[in-house]
Amino acid sequence: MYSFEPTEEQRMLMEAIERYAKNDLREAAHDADETGELPGDLIEKGWEMGVLQASIPEEYGGFGERSAVTGVLAAETMGWGDLAGALAAMLPATYAMPILLGGTEKQKTELIPPVIEAEWKPFTTAFIEPVYDFYPGEMGTTAEKKGDGYELNGEKAYVIFADKAPSILVYAALNGQTQAFIVPAGAEGFVIGEREKLMGIGGLPCYRVRLNNLQLPLEARLGGEEGFDFVPVLASAQVAIAALAVGVSRAALDYALPYAKEREVWGVPIAQRQSIAFMLVEMAAEIEANRLLVWEAAWMLDQGKDVSKEAYLAFTGTTDMAMMVTDRAVQVLGGHGFIREHPVELWMRNGRGFSTFTGMAMV
Amino acid sequence: MISFEMPESIHKTRVLMETVAENMMRPMARYFDENEHEIPWDYINFMHQAMAQMGGSAITTQEDEKKERKGPRLGFQNLTFLVEMLSWGDTGIYLCTPGGGLGAAAVQAAGTAEHKKRFLARHQGEKPTFDAMALTESHAGSGMPAEVRTTAVRDGDEWILNGEKIFVTAGNKALVDSDGFVVIWATIDPSAGRAGVRPVVVEAGTPGCTVTKMEHKLGIRASDTVSILLQDCRVPFENLMGDPEVKEKKTEGAKGVHLTFDATRPIVAASAMGVARAALETIKQMLEEQGIEIRYGLPRSRLTNIEREIIDMETKLQATWLLTIKSMWMADERKENTIEASMCKFLAGDVVVDITQRAVELMGPLGYTRDYLLEKWFRDAKINDLYEGTGQINRLIVARRILDYSRHELS
Repeated sequence: MYSFEPTEEQRMLMEAIERYAKNDLREAAHDADETGELPGDLIEKGWEMGVLQASIPEEYGGFGERSAVTGVLAAETMGWGDLAGALAAMLPATYAMPILLGGTEKQKTELIPPVIEAEWKPFTTAFIEPVYDFYPGEMGTTAEKKGDGYELNGEKAYVIFADKAPSILVYAALNGQTQAFIVPAGAEGFVIGEREKLMGIGGLPCYRVRLNNLQLPLEARLGGEEGFDFVPVLASAQVAIAALAVGVSRAALDYALPYAKEREVWGVPIAQRQSIAFMLVEMAAEIEANRLLVWEAAWMLDQGKDVSKEAYLAFTGTTDMAMMVTDRAVQVLGGHGFIREHPVELWMRNGRGFSTFTGMAMV
Repeated sequence: MISFEMPESIHKTRVLMETVAENMMRPMARYFDENEHEIPWDYINFMHQAMAQMGGSAITTQEDEKKERKGPRLGFQNLTFLVEMLSWGDTGIYLCTPGGGLGAAAVQAAGTAEHKKRFLARHQGEKPTFDAMALTESHAGSGMPAEVRTTAVRDGDEWILNGEKIFVTAGNKALVDSDGFVVIWATIDPSAGRAGVRPVVVEAGTPGCTVTKMEHKLGIRASDTVSILLQDCRVPFENLMGDPEVKEKKTEGAKGVHLTFDATRPIVAASAMGVARAALETIKQMLEEQGIEIRYGLPRSRLTNIEREIIDMETKLQATWLLTIKSMWMADERKENTIEASMCKFLAGDVVVDITQRAVELMGPLGYTRDYLLEKWFRDAKINDLYEGTGQINRLIVARRILDYSRHELS
């Protein structure tokens, strides 16, 4: 049966996350973007919503089972609050989820509980690379089998909290296949560079990282000798970014719409003009329609179906939609939209980033 | 729980309709496009028998609210998939499907149990019958129902209708080619505006009701679009649906129009989606024959232009299709779906025009020639952005809802 209604459990979780998004994430967003720093207790509070913990089975320290549908519902709501804060709070999932999906039993038992059973720690991922046509299916970073281990070389970008991470999941091409490797903090050859200076998500510390003849033991490879299937992991990453894009878009619409009802031109609210009203309607319709692409792909992930195409379409649709919606939100506010006192310009800066952000979140 | 699992019964409908679409509609599509106003009787007779075997009229969602149901309601969703598939076959021929069109939808939305029994039973008879809805008049389309000029004047136990309706889909089939009926929207009190407007059923053969013109159209040529003249046309008192008097000059009278549209707009969206899918599948196949494979998953900087266009079209098609399904799921769940119905309708109108015109462009001389159906689909597509409310009217409906404005605040 088709159904578009979240479960009672999901609904309750979303209510809690909505409060957090509204009272905490949104409140901190502006200053974090200006100062470049997210409050530590903000991230911890987001972590305590327990979205990831509820996705991890008991034997690995969690208290539930993985649901990509719950994941995208949560990601949309967090993204509505603030993208930088959401990415920070959700960060450990980029490390734990691929291990859950592709790790050996030993890796799952040893590596997941330290993430799950404690306060938030920046377990992170090195995924994106600094090239214009970055394609996750063909990583420029290479892994080569050498003797009793692997040697990694390459350059990674947008590595969130690389400077404070206890452990990092690094993606690299091994014989042309994208694989992942667990790298402990402080490993020799893992060189943390400058903090990235980005157009948006200013509160989120992202770093450039170089891998210089990084030597790893055989068991560092995700999934052991067999490796792991990158396809569902990539799909999860695309769907997560898609859900966040829906959240940011909805934030922009929710701000522009009441503004248009307040703001008057020649004594009449601008929302009473079709030129403005129709812009808002199209924003709302694109959000409604594209959200369903995300839900469908997440549902397929949960069903264990091959979702690579659907996840890609959801990513394509929502990233285009986010750019359209956030740009229009600025337009609806006119000159005021350009001023940093209003949040719409931040959402527009963040909105442009989604097409680049694959790998920075997972559900 | 959020789910995208296609119910077994819908799957069966799809498989069955795909056979019809592929074997009965596609081979005849070009013929009925080039021979406007000829009637595809083979298809009509086949569908009439097939629906009788399936137990009733497939094209309406007749459901007895009091009857006990097993499992969730699926009538509207089933109809959505059926219409999508038949339109994938051919929209013009699909619009000739007997046994329940917009007239039946209006009776469903505005009529009593007695009305439904009296007017809809004919569709289960031996011969195929049609019905139609007449709302538009020559002076007003989108302004309806507020600007209805056709009058219904009471005379004892009859109503006398006078006026002229235009753009009535399947009107000729309903009144001339079969023993069907047309729902005429008429005013019982011209001074009351919208509040005075009522749907009135006029059955085939009623004196004073004549088809005066058959339009020649850009597309969907297999489907007749007619003008209907009402000259002192007398119908029984009971043929008027709703209150026979205007009690308060509010807008309640025309409510049936909106209830009808909340159900029929997603059906138009579904029809649009069928044409769009046909065009997209066809160009993908034509490209494949040229050895061009669409590589999903690449960043845009690595895609060819053709790949990017195809992926973009597929994304838009799927997003709009899912919203169409959602709006009909809401109808089945008896949730108010006005916003979603109008949203999917205007998105579908945009998407189908966009996809079909790009398909013609991308295929170059092969797209523009009548040797293939691509150019026909482009012509057929446009109607979806026009009937059941233009894209602009549907935007206006959504705008008033999301902004919480009355028609006076936003028009």
